[in-house]
Amino acid sequence: MSNLAVLPIVIPMATALACLAASKRPGAQRALSVLGASALLGATATLFARVLETGPVTLQASGWPAPWGITLAADMFGASLALAASAVFLLCVVASLAGVDRRRQAYGFHPLMHTLMMGVGGAFITGDLFNLYVWFEVMLMSSFVLVALGGERKQLEGAMKYVTLNLISSGLFLAGAGLLYGEVGTLNMADLSRKLADPQSAGLVAPAAGLFLVAFGLKAGVFPLFFWLPASYHTPPAVVSALFGGLLTKVGVFALARAMYVIFPAEVGLRGEALGWIAGLTMIVGLLGAIAQTNVRRMLSFALIGHIGYMVMGLAVGGELALAGMAFYAAQHMLVMTGLFLCVGLISMDRGTEDTRELGGLWSERPALAMVFLFLSAALAGVPPTPGFIGKLALVQGAVEHGRWGLLATLLTASVMTLYVVFRLWLEVFARPRPEEDSAAVEALPRPLPGSMWWPAVGAAALTAALALGSTWIFPLAERAAVDLLLPAAPGGYIDSVFEVAR
Amino acid sequence: MNSIILRTTARLILPLLLLFSILLLLLGHNQPGGGFAGGLLAAAAYALYAMAYDGPSARRLLRVSPGALLGLGLAIALLSGLVGVFMGQEFLRSAWTEADLPLVGHVKLGTPMLFDLGVYFTVVGVTLMMIFAMREE
Repeated sequence: MSNLAVLPIVIPMATALACLAASKRPGAQRALSVLGASALLGATATLFARVLETGPVTLQASGWPAPWGITLAADMFGASLALAASAVFLLCVVASLAGVDRRRQAYGFHPLMHTLMMGVGGAFITGDLFNLYVWFEVMLMSSFVLVALGGERKQLEGAMKYVTLNLISSGLFLAGAGLLYGEVGTLNMADLSRKLADPQSAGLVAPAAGLFLVAFGLKAGVFPLFFWLPASYHTPPAVVSALFGGLLTKVGVFALARAMYVIFPAEVGLRGEALGWIAGLTMIVGLLGAIAQTNVRRMLSFALIGHIGYMVMGLAVGGELALAGMAFYAAQHMLVMTGLFLCVGLISMDRGTEDTRELGGLWSERPALAMVFLFLSAALAGVPPTPGFIGKLALVQGAVEHGRWGLLATLLTASVMTLYVVFRLWLEVFARPRPEEDSAAVEALPRPLPGSMWWPAVGAAALTAALALGSTWIFPLAERAAVDLLLPAAPGGYIDSVFEVAR
Repeated sequence: MNSIILRTTARLILPLLLLFSILLLLLGHNQPGGGFAGGLLAAAAYALYAMAYDGPSARRLLRVSPGALLGLGLAIALLSGLVGVFMGQEFLRSAWTEADLPLVGHVKLGTPMLFDLGVYFTVVGVTLMMIFAMREE
């Protein structure tokens, strides 16, 4: 037992409460918010180090033993995503100081950010399906308010689509959990894994697995369930998009991975052909959508969907290499997406628009911003030597290993499409001269970019670069995460840790 | 609503409802009841008052803002979980102590009670926040 495992929930909750208590003092509130996010980063880093050292870290809340009590269990996959998520979160909190207007900040923006993070942290470390549902709800509620906060017309429109589709997903999730509980009598993930491995327990397990696939697929934003994402991600302040784009869909992918590899045995068929089709269609449709857009944030949202397809492809292919590629790709994608959305926020602060038809000439006016954007978008496209390339390379090798040629071809097509999207962004926003009509404005001296938003964008780029530079050391960790997923029943693995088998 | 019967009843029944909500809260440990049911009842008492008189006077009667109650409740619940951590045991592990209280007699006090109290305040806060907001629409 180690109380470390509960910190990703307790710290954001305490910070949210402290921010709520300080809501009359904006300065103190913002200081507390940054402090809480830093503490969270420290805690997840410690948790990560512990998992690295001793294998999965488990806590039975209140001391009730595993199948009966509430289990929190961080394996390599969960702990590494929690660490990446809290790094992204700290960047977003700092960026929000300048990137979110004072009115929104006064109206509970900071407490909501931290409750959102509580949901994300909870989802990454929970060892219980019903608790996963609760954390999804915590995330949904706070993200719904964050999308709607400010009350602009387009925001409310996006928020309605967002909440409606996500509520449907929650309903399906709950129905699946109910079915499963009726069938096996437990919702503890490790216990489920043991009991479902017994071929006697067929019955309604396959329908329950199907419900989970739809519910988590909707959260992850896979084809054909992604419509809520591009409808809502471009409406709130860019910092909120950065946080959502970095974190929320990855939680869906994470839950999908847990369901497919830890909870349900291979015979249920979740890892079958269908998932490959979903992955392929998600890549192609998402990136086609990105090509058709003119709003930069909408383009990025669609590209995000396409890249969720890469991660689902890793799950569909299976095997250590593809899963490691998926985990690594997911972690770097968090940083890249957040950085890009922050850059878009900076661009729109500078120019007052996010429309590619009205932008241009930023290369000559904002060379530093252009460099950061160039690097991050190269990582988005997965150009060597960025970490996106390393993740994709592992996915390609995995696909070759398992003979999934169709998926391999789709991945390569999708990469070319991403490259096209990135080139278009690059040409239209940065390289070509500014459109004629407002060339008068060029004469005005550019205002300096707000540091608290600029440095987080730089930080995201720096961390992305660090992932690439340290990949010889970091990729083996992704392989360990893949092994934790593939062999939960291994001695000293996930299941042993939950049931506290003496090592 | 301008009805003298309702107003008088609401004023008289309010303390009774609040007392009963505390009873529910205390019973909750091993009988039907608990923080959630008790909190709902307490909120209902204020909601009734708000219906009989008006929103602002119910707010004045509550003295603190529903948002503060919500925060207080969550903080109490979180603290009850942390007691276990400070004792070097699992998060949420219950701690018990026995005491002789005047009028009540010998009782066992524990952190589950504290957790329930947190739930109680949270429920009162959330429910009243919603009811007041809807009345003032």
